[in-house]
Amino acid sequence: LHQNTLDFISVKNYEISSISHVTMSPSRRNNLVSMYSFPLSKSSYSVISAFCTEDNIPQCISYINQELASLGLSSTCIEAISPGDTGLSTVPALNAMYELLQIHRRSMCNLEELEREQLRKSSTLEHIQMSNTRLKDQLELSIREKSGLHETERQLQLKIKTLQSCLKTEKDEVQKLQSVIASRASQYSHDAKRKEREAVKLKERLSQLLIDRKDKKLAIDVLNCLGRADGKRRHWKTTKATSSHEDEMYKSLLSDYEASQRSLMLENAELKKVLQQMKKEMMHILSPRQPSTRGATADDSQEQVSESHTCDASRESLDQYCEHAREQLTNSIRQQWRKLRNHVERLDSQASQAQNQLESNKEVIPRETHEDEMERMRCEVQQCREFIHAQQQLLQQQLNTSFDDETAALLNDCYTLEEKERLKEEWRLFEEQKRNFERERKNFTEAAIRLGREKKAFEEDRASWLKNQFLNMTPFTHRRRYSSSDGQSALSISNEPEIRMSSVKSQLAKSSTYTTFSTPRPSQSAPVPSTTELYRTLRLIPDSRYYSVTLLVHRVLRSGGMSIFSLGEDENSFT
Amino acid sequence: MNFSEVFKQTNQLCKVSPDGKYLATCVQYRLVVRDVSTLQILQLYTCLDQVSHMEWSSDSLFILCAMYNRGLVQVWSLEQPDWHCKIDEGSIGLVSSRWSPDGRHILNTTEFHLRVTVWSLCTKAVSYIKYPKACQKGIDFSRDGRYMALAERRDCKDYVCVFVCDDWHLLRHFETETQDLAGLEWSPNGCVLAVWDSCLEYKVLLYSLDGRLLSTYSAYEWSLGVKSVSWSPSSQFLAIGSYDEKVRILNHITWKKITQFEHPAIIDNTKATVYKEAEKRPGVGSDEMPLHNITMGATLFNTQSKYEICPLPVQIPVVKPDPDRASPKIGISVLAFSSDSRYLATKNDNMATAVWVWDMQKMSLEAVLEQTSAVRCFQWDPLRPRLALCAGNTKLYLWSPGGCVSVQVPTEGGFQVQSLNWHCSGDSLILLGKEQLCLCYMDTDQEDK
Repeated sequence: LHQNTLDFISVKNYEISSISHVTMSPSRRNNLVSMYSFPLSKSSYSVISAFCTEDNIPQCISYINQELASLGLSSTCIEAISPGDTGLSTVPALNAMYELLQIHRRSMCNLEELEREQLRKSSTLEHIQMSNTRLKDQLELSIREKSGLHETERQLQLKIKTLQSCLKTEKDEVQKLQSVIASRASQYSHDAKRKEREAVKLKERLSQLLIDRKDKKLAIDVLNCLGRADGKRRHWKTTKATSSHEDEMYKSLLSDYEASQRSLMLENAELKKVLQQMKKEMMHILSPRQPSTRGATADDSQEQVSESHTCDASRESLDQYCEHAREQLTNSIRQQWRKLRNHVERLDSQASQAQNQLESNKEVIPRETHEDEMERMRCEVQQCREFIHAQQQLLQQQLNTSFDDETAALLNDCYTLEEKERLKEEWRLFEEQKRNFERERKNFTEAAIRLGREKKAFEEDRASWLKNQFLNMTPFTHRRRYSSSDGQSALSISNEPEIRMSSVKSQLAKSSTYTTFSTPRPSQSAPVPSTTELYRTLRLIPDSRYYSVTLLVHRVLRSGGMSIFSLGEDENSFT
Repeated sequence: MNFSEVFKQTNQLCKVSPDGKYLATCVQYRLVVRDVSTLQILQLYTCLDQVSHMEWSSDSLFILCAMYNRGLVQVWSLEQPDWHCKIDEGSIGLVSSRWSPDGRHILNTTEFHLRVTVWSLCTKAVSYIKYPKACQKGIDFSRDGRYMALAERRDCKDYVCVFVCDDWHLLRHFETETQDLAGLEWSPNGCVLAVWDSCLEYKVLLYSLDGRLLSTYSAYEWSLGVKSVSWSPSSQFLAIGSYDEKVRILNHITWKKITQFEHPAIIDNTKATVYKEAEKRPGVGSDEMPLHNITMGATLFNTQSKYEICPLPVQIPVVKPDPDRASPKIGISVLAFSSDSRYLATKNDNMATAVWVWDMQKMSLEAVLEQTSAVRCFQWDPLRPRLALCAGNTKLYLWSPGGCVSVQVPTEGGFQVQSLNWHCSGDSLILLGKEQLCLCYMDTDQEDK
C-alpha cells in the first residue's frame, strides 16, 4: 500500500514538476521516496494509477490534511469547495502547496548543506587519512632511524669498553714499568750507598794508616811446615807443568763430553727402538682392518706393510747413522699415527652415529642396516682372522728360515749334500796324500838309512884312503890302494864332486859330514836319525816355501803331528 | 729419633769434619772438638779473639779459625795439638778466610777486597790475586778440588780467573758479558761454570772449563732478575730462582729452559700434597698429655704440632714486600736439590712459611709444606731424599716422599732451632739455636703423616 502510494506520489510529483518545469534528479526523487515513508496501500502498483481519482477525493483530501498535520502544517488544510464537489478551495490548497514548497525548499537547502557538509567532511577525512599515512610513514622512518642510532650507540659503547680496557691495560703496564723503575732505582741507590759507605771506610782506613804509620806487617808464624796433602814433593812451576795443566783440563773436558755423548747415544738408540716398535704395531693395527671396506687405502697400507717388512732389515742399521733415514722414520711414524688417529676418529664418529641412530630411531630400518653391518663385520672378522693366520704362518716360517719351506729344505739339502760331497772328496784326497806321504816317508827312511850306510862306508873308505895316504907317505912299503871298497862305496875322492851334485840327499847331508874332515876318525855312524831330525836335515820341516794353506782340511791334518805336505805344484819339491 | 744434650756455641759456628768423625764448635774464643758419636771432648784450643769463621780442612786434620776483627787466622792440628799456625794479615784487614781444596793453603780476602792472599802451609810462601770482586759469591772451587774460579773486576769490567789449585797457576782469564757479576758456581762435574749477573739484569752465562762461552740465558728484561742459582748433583740441571717468584730449569745438553716452576698464592689444579702444620694445644689435665711435658714446665712454648693434609685449593699466606726497599723480600731465595737430583726444594721469600718440593722426574709440584712460622733453614739428607727444615721454633720438621713429620726437640728452656746441618752419613742432624746446639740421631724410617 505504501509502495503504491509512494509511486503514486512520485508520479504525481513528476507530473507536477513536469508541469511546473521543475526538474528533479532521479536521485532526489529516490531520496524523497526513501525519506518519507507513508502508510500507503499496496493495492495500486502501477505508476499510471493515480493517488486520487474521481471517486476518492474526500479521502484524499482528508489524507492529505492528515499528512499536512503530521508535517506540522495544521494551520493549512485543504478543503473541498463543497462537500461532494470535486473541486478544491484554492486558497488553502495554494497555501498548502506553498507551505509544502517551502518545506521542500528548506529540506533542499538542508540537503545541500548536508551534502556540502559531507563533502567537507569527506575531504577533511581524506586529508586526515593522507596526513595519517604520511605520519605513519614518518613514524616508521623515525623508528628505523632510532634503531639505527641505537645500533651505532651500542657499537660506540662497545668501542668505548674496549678502549677503556686497553686504557686499563696500558695503565697497568705503565704502573708495572713504573714499579720496575722504582725497584731498579732503589736497588741502584742501595748499591750506590753501599759503595759510598765502603769508600768512606777506605778513606778512614787510609787516613788512619797515614796517621798511624805503624805498619803491621803481614806474616805467617808456623811451628813447622806441613807436608803436602798427597805426600808428593812440591813441583817447580815450569812450562811443562803449565802445559800438563792444559792437557789435564782438556782431558777432563773431553771425558765429560764423551760420557755425555755415550749416554745420549744410548738414549737415542732406545728411543729409536721404541719408535720402530710403535711403527710396526701401528701398521699391524691398521692393515688387517681395511681389506673389506676401503679398497684403495687397504692396498696402500698392504703395500706399505710388505714394503717395510722387506726394507726393515736393511734400514735398521742405516737408521742409526743416517739423518735422512732418521727423518724418514719419524715421517713414516707420523703418517702411520695420522692414519691410526683418523681411523679411530672415523670409528668414533661411526659409533656415535650408530648410537644416535639407535637412540633416535627405533624402527625397522635401522635394525636392518644394523643387521647388514653386523653381517659385514662378521665377514670382515673372518677375513681378518684368515689373514692373521696366514701372516702368522708366514712369520713363523720367516723366523725359522729366510726362505719359505720347500725351497729352504731343498736348499738346505743341497747345501749339505754339496758339503758332504766336498768333504768326501777332501777325505779321499787326504787319504791319498797320507798314503803318498807314508810311502815317501818310507822311501826317505830307506834312503836315509842307505845314506847313513853309505856315509859310513864312505867314512871307512876315506879313513882307509887316508890311512893309505899316510902309509904311502911313510916308508912303509905295504901300500894298499883302494882300501876295502864295497860295491856300494863308489865314493872315491875324485868322484866326490859328482856325487855331491847327483842327488839332493847327499847334497843335503854335506854340512854335517864334512866338518869332521880334519880329524881322520872313523866316524861312528850315529844311530839312524829320528824322523824329525831327518826331515830337518832334509829340509822337509817348516820352511815357509813349502807351506800351502789352500784348504782348511790340510791344516787340521797337520796338527796331528805329521809334517806338512802340499798339493799341486809343491809336490815336486819332494822328489 | 734421639736427641743429645744441649751444648753451648757462639756465632752458629759448629761444623762436622768431612770424614764425619769429629764435631768442632766455637764457644767464644775457644775451639772445642768432640767425637761425633760419643760427644766427648777430644781437643780444646784457645784462639786469640772471638772466632768469626771456622772451617775444617778437606782431610779433616786441621781447623781454621779466623778472627776478622783482628785480621788473624789461626790453624789448629787435630793430630798434633801442639802444632800452631798463625797468619796475620796486618793492617790490611781480613774479610773472609777459607781453605783450599788440598787442605794446605789458606785464602784470605782482605778488607775492601783489595786482594786475595794465598798462604801456603807447606812452604810459607805467599801469592796474591789482585782485583777480586766483592759480590755474593766471588770464589768457587770445583768439586774435585782441581780448579778455582774467581771473579775479578778490573776497569769496570768483569772477568773470571780460573786457577789450578795444584800450584795456583792461572789457567784461564776471560771477560764475561755481565753488567755486574754477582756470583759463579762450578757444575758438580767440574766442566761448566755458571756465572750470573746482579739482580738488575737477568742474565746467566755458561762457560766451559776452557773459557768458551757455551750459552747465555735471559728470561726477561727490566724487572729484577736472578736471586739464586743451584746445580743439580748430576750436573744435568741448572735451577735459577728469580724475583718474579719463578724457578727456571735449564738442561745441560742444550742449555735451554725445559720448564719453569711457579709459586702462586692459591694452589689449585695440581697432584701435589699440601701439608699444613696445625698446632695441637695440649689440654690441661687431659689424659693424653704425656707426663714429661708437664714436668718441663714450659708447656706454652712446647706445643705439639702435626701435619694435616689440606684439600685443594689452598691459599698460602703472602706478605707483600715494601716496594721502596732494595732487595725486596720476594722471589726464590733458596734452591736445594736432593742428592739423587730427584727433588728440588724451593722457598719463595714472600711466602716465608712455605717450602715447595718439586719432583724433577715428573717436572711438577710434589708437596708444599706450610708452617706456622717463617721457615729459617732447610737441607736435604746427603744420602736419601729426606728434607729437614726448621722454623725458628722448638720443632724439627722432616719431609720424605712417604710423608711428613714434626718432631719436638726435647730441651728444657725452649731451644729455638735457627739452622740445621746434616751429618755427612745422613744419620744425624746438628741443630743450632742462638747460642746452643743439639744433635739429633735418626732412627730408621720414621715417617707418618
